[in-house]
Amino acid sequence: MSDTFEPVIIGFTCNWCSYRAADLAGTARVKYPPNVRLIRLMCSGRLDPTFVLHALANGADAVMITGCHPGECHYIEQNYKALRRFLLLRRTLAGMGIEPQRVQLVWASAAEGARLAEEIARIVEEVRALGPLHWPTSTDLYGKPFSEEEAFSVTKETSAPAEVNA
Amino acid sequence: MSAYLYYPGCSMEASALAYHESLMAICEPLGLNLDEIEDWNCCGATEYVGVSTTPAYALICRNLALAKEQAKGTDTVVAPCSACYLNLAKANYYMRERPSLGEKVNAALAAGGLHYEPDSLIIRHLLDVIINDIGLDTVKSKVVRPLTGLRVAPYLGCMVPRPDYQKRWSDHEHPNELDRLLRALGAQVIDFPLKTHCCGGHMTQIGPATAFELIRRLIASAQQHQADLMATVCPMCQMNIDAYQAETNRHFRTNYRMPILFFTQLMGLAFGLDPKRLGFGREFVNAQPALSRIGVEVPTNEAEQKPPRIPGRRDKNLPMPRMPGEEEN
Amino acid sequence: MSNRFIPLEPMQPRERIGVYVCHCGSNIAGTVDVAEVRDWAEKRLAHRGVVVARDYKFMCSSLGQELIAKDIKEQGLTRVVVAACSPHLHEQTFRKACQMAGLNPYLCELVSIREQVSWVHTDKHAATDKAKAILSGGVERVMRHTPLEPLHVPIHPATLVVGGGIAGIQAALEIADAGFPVYLVEREPSIGGHMAQFDKTFPTLDCAACILTPRMVSAGNHPNITLLTWSEVTRVDGYVGNFTVTIRKKARYVKEELCTGCGVCQEKCPKRVVDEQYEAGLGFRKACYIPFPQAVPKYPVIDTENCVFFAKGTCKACQKFCPTNAIDYDQKDEYLSVQVGNIILATGYDLFDARRVSQYGYGRLANVFTSLEFERLSNSAGPTNGNIVLRDGVTTPKTVGIIHCVGSRDRNFNNYCSAICCMQSLKFAHLVKERTGATVYNFYIDIRTTAKAYDEFYQRVLEEGTLFVRGKVAEVTDAARKPGEEGKIIIQVEDTLVGKQRRIPVDMVILANGLEPRRDAKEVAKIFGISCSADGWLIEKHPKLDPVATMTEGIYIAGCATGPKDIPSTVAQGAAAAASVLGRIQQGEIALEPVRASVLEERCSGCRICNNLCPFNAITFHEDRMVTSINAALCQGCGTCVAACPAGAITGTAFSNEQIIGQIEGLLMRNLETAPVGAGQA
Repeated sequence: MSDTFEPVIIGFTCNWCSYRAADLAGTARVKYPPNVRLIRLMCSGRLDPTFVLHALANGADAVMITGCHPGECHYIEQNYKALRRFLLLRRTLAGMGIEPQRVQLVWASAAEGARLAEEIARIVEEVRALGPLHWPTSTDLYGKPFSEEEAFSVTKETSAPAEVNA
Repeated sequence: MSAYLYYPGCSMEASALAYHESLMAICEPLGLNLDEIEDWNCCGATEYVGVSTTPAYALICRNLALAKEQAKGTDTVVAPCSACYLNLAKANYYMRERPSLGEKVNAALAAGGLHYEPDSLIIRHLLDVIINDIGLDTVKSKVVRPLTGLRVAPYLGCMVPRPDYQKRWSDHEHPNELDRLLRALGAQVIDFPLKTHCCGGHMTQIGPATAFELIRRLIASAQQHQADLMATVCPMCQMNIDAYQAETNRHFRTNYRMPILFFTQLMGLAFGLDPKRLGFGREFVNAQPALSRIGVEVPTNEAEQKPPRIPGRRDKNLPMPRMPGEEEN
Repeated sequence: MSNRFIPLEPMQPRERIGVYVCHCGSNIAGTVDVAEVRDWAEKRLAHRGVVVARDYKFMCSSLGQELIAKDIKEQGLTRVVVAACSPHLHEQTFRKACQMAGLNPYLCELVSIREQVSWVHTDKHAATDKAKAILSGGVERVMRHTPLEPLHVPIHPATLVVGGGIAGIQAALEIADAGFPVYLVEREPSIGGHMAQFDKTFPTLDCAACILTPRMVSAGNHPNITLLTWSEVTRVDGYVGNFTVTIRKKARYVKEELCTGCGVCQEKCPKRVVDEQYEAGLGFRKACYIPFPQAVPKYPVIDTENCVFFAKGTCKACQKFCPTNAIDYDQKDEYLSVQVGNIILATGYDLFDARRVSQYGYGRLANVFTSLEFERLSNSAGPTNGNIVLRDGVTTPKTVGIIHCVGSRDRNFNNYCSAICCMQSLKFAHLVKERTGATVYNFYIDIRTTAKAYDEFYQRVLEEGTLFVRGKVAEVTDAARKPGEEGKIIIQVEDTLVGKQRRIPVDMVILANGLEPRRDAKEVAKIFGISCSADGWLIEKHPKLDPVATMTEGIYIAGCATGPKDIPSTVAQGAAAAASVLGRIQQGEIALEPVRASVLEERCSGCRICNNLCPFNAITFHEDRMVTSINAALCQGCGTCVAACPAGAITGTAFSNEQIIGQIEGLLMRNLETAPVGAGQA
């Protein structure tokens, strides 16, 4: 891999709009950076702010929250509730010293695959510019730095942490 | 009073003096405050960009850089000339779209201690400003001598509505801005099908036959629609149709007498301004016969061209009998 | 250095998880190293309970499904993760496969590595890593799944069909003939739609009215069809099987129970207005009018905008002359509420506004016509009795130019092909030739005659002597340039086969303007809870395999509402939608996703924070016990209350906090750090 910092971003999507937008981006073969990993919720209203905190605390560099455009919620108005929570959450995080760009809200309808891809690309670039989120440092259970490369490799033996039990 | 940075362009000081004079005359009633860019230079007209890109854009952008320095509370540059408008807009656009060009241009500008950041200015045509900022309601309110009964062919030329970098015009083929403005002055505006067709530009210099055909089409169509005169927004169009009309006539053995005026001249007339302040009399094809139809007297070019008709070699036609009541011309 | 993570609890894998990675041919395998993902899952996720990991060319094929079933039986799998396409496509497939093998279908998780990985990324290495992360998230999530049972909902036997064009009529008749009630709602005063305006239909040239009118009459008389014309759906509540639909029945000012459709009111009405709707602006109608003679129902409507009585308070001609005293100026809009189990949307299309292509002169040049105008012009029941004449109403054109692809296949307007215009233009060419003997030019980009008997029709028109010029027309103008052009309309075109610019003077120009989504398609989609593409066409569940269903259960779409279509395809879709609905009705009930919220009452503190969050009124507070409860029948499963509950007393099935938190940790590879209990002995 090159030296450029590749952020890891967790994206929360709504089953009815943004998840379908992601599907549409796929069907249309729109390209976007591979840094975002999506989680499907039924609605942006389901987004418990602690999910965001949990993601940031566990190594995500940013979180993207997506939902239907205002007025287009499948559940009538729950995306407004997501908006409220998002605004509050952003303020809270700012108080904790986390840049507001690390938690972003994107409205994307099911038809906006290309737009979602653009937004993802934009967010990835913004987060890349911010650098890694050193909230908790990424270490494994045993205090050893825990690198992305290591995580993805096949060769690591499953019994590596055996000394715990030894 | 709306203030704008003003880029006049060379034509306004020479061939299109009538445009300049009439524009200055209508500024006051319209509340238009034009702040001329100090030490502006030629935009390179239609040719230079085709000759050498970087120096051409540097030449254009020098004006923008100067304008930006001079900007006081406004970011809008107004150009009355279509070619100037297009060149300024084009330079801004390509500096943004092609950052490598932008760097080169700024390197050139740096030699003069200047710098231009693309999109830091908004470049607009005079007509756009009058229609969209000043508004037709204001224009209408200033009309004291409506041009009722005058049939006008609105002629924009090809450089204003296309390529329309900032999406300002109602349509690229048949924009209605000039029509609406002339109608607001009380004129009867014909549906001129060639309103955005080319006048030939500088083809009059390098391929006159081509240019004459383009000019002929425009005049013929205006005549076919029984226009009394044409109104334009572009010094180049005005010059081609006006100054080359006689040659076109000679080329095709036609006898068109189609006056072409700047829209600002018509605005001045409708606002009741003194025709002497509006640059009348500078045109080659006398506009007086057309304007007489609505009872307006304007200064005319004493030495009006009307060159004696030189019979060509193949000209074997016998003269036509003059019909009673036909205008002396 | 101290560890600032709260370590995940090392745990003994409770579940036996099977991981299946799909190649999807080369769709996934072309970008993701499938074998590596499989090996990785097998080795690195073993301590999380993965006991088997396989890859296969097409997991969704029956062989792929059997692979899963076999492992469930032989390896005793308790959870299944399939890494393949979007769950919106194949979640049901794999759930069914698990169910067949005796595993609760909700213990299967489908993660998308096609739409979200292979199709959108190009770097193979990064794509493979992302696929691993997504798979890891799926594994963490699936182990927290609980067995669920689907909710069974009865299907109301009635169906709502929106739009009374040929698609809606066909769908309504099919369902009604099968013996089930149908509400057919039409916005205009009569059903019939665009087809009723046409003269002939390609390629057989049978008269549109002759084949459509019997259908309209059947729909009007059918005992199982409740026809609601001059009506619009304003609101849809509920869900599949049990929709409550509010319909605004606009005031006709005519009592339908008294009116005999004699037409005297229309005859006596003194106010004549241009008919923009049925006659496409080319003819006139009265202010009190029946849109066309074959209209169904036959009752007139009073157009209050133009009616003299509504404007000035006097006239009442229609009332005076009505033999049955059916005119009622005091009628008000009515709102009906009906219960239906399924809804079919057949809302049709609008024509592209040819004025937008200003260089073609429509609206400025009198003798430039749109396709719909020409349909009326050539229709023997139209304003000219079928005489093809110029706009002066008398002159027969000697040369006619037909311009294809107006507003279609054009980056400035619509990129798509409108599908019908080639055949329609050929039909026009034939009609002009047959009725006037005029010289006809067709200006086309490509001729697309792809359906049954279409190309034969093209050959026939060629043989009749119609001229074809291949090239996009630059301009239609009345500015004559050469002798012979005066008084004509000149078509300037690049003839790409000859390689020349041509100017062709004609008397009449017909623009084959394309089809566009209904102007209000977005609002309609919103009312019915479905989605529109960026163009504005309604989106089908699957463009090939499920073309009449939508992502919203119980809502079906048919005809041009989903995209440009000719009449045969439109009718086929109407029938297909009806068949889908009939299948549902026959089943009697439908299984719904058990995604619901519920309250653990012993945890509920009675704070009532959740009480105002539910738009479906599913949450009630019990004053006596000071706790909140959720009505599962009303709950739609959005989960907003789950996220809001400060006590964590509300749980959402299939989307519980544990599942989502687990997935987050999985996606971030936190699960790799946890050591299984006793891993050392492994």
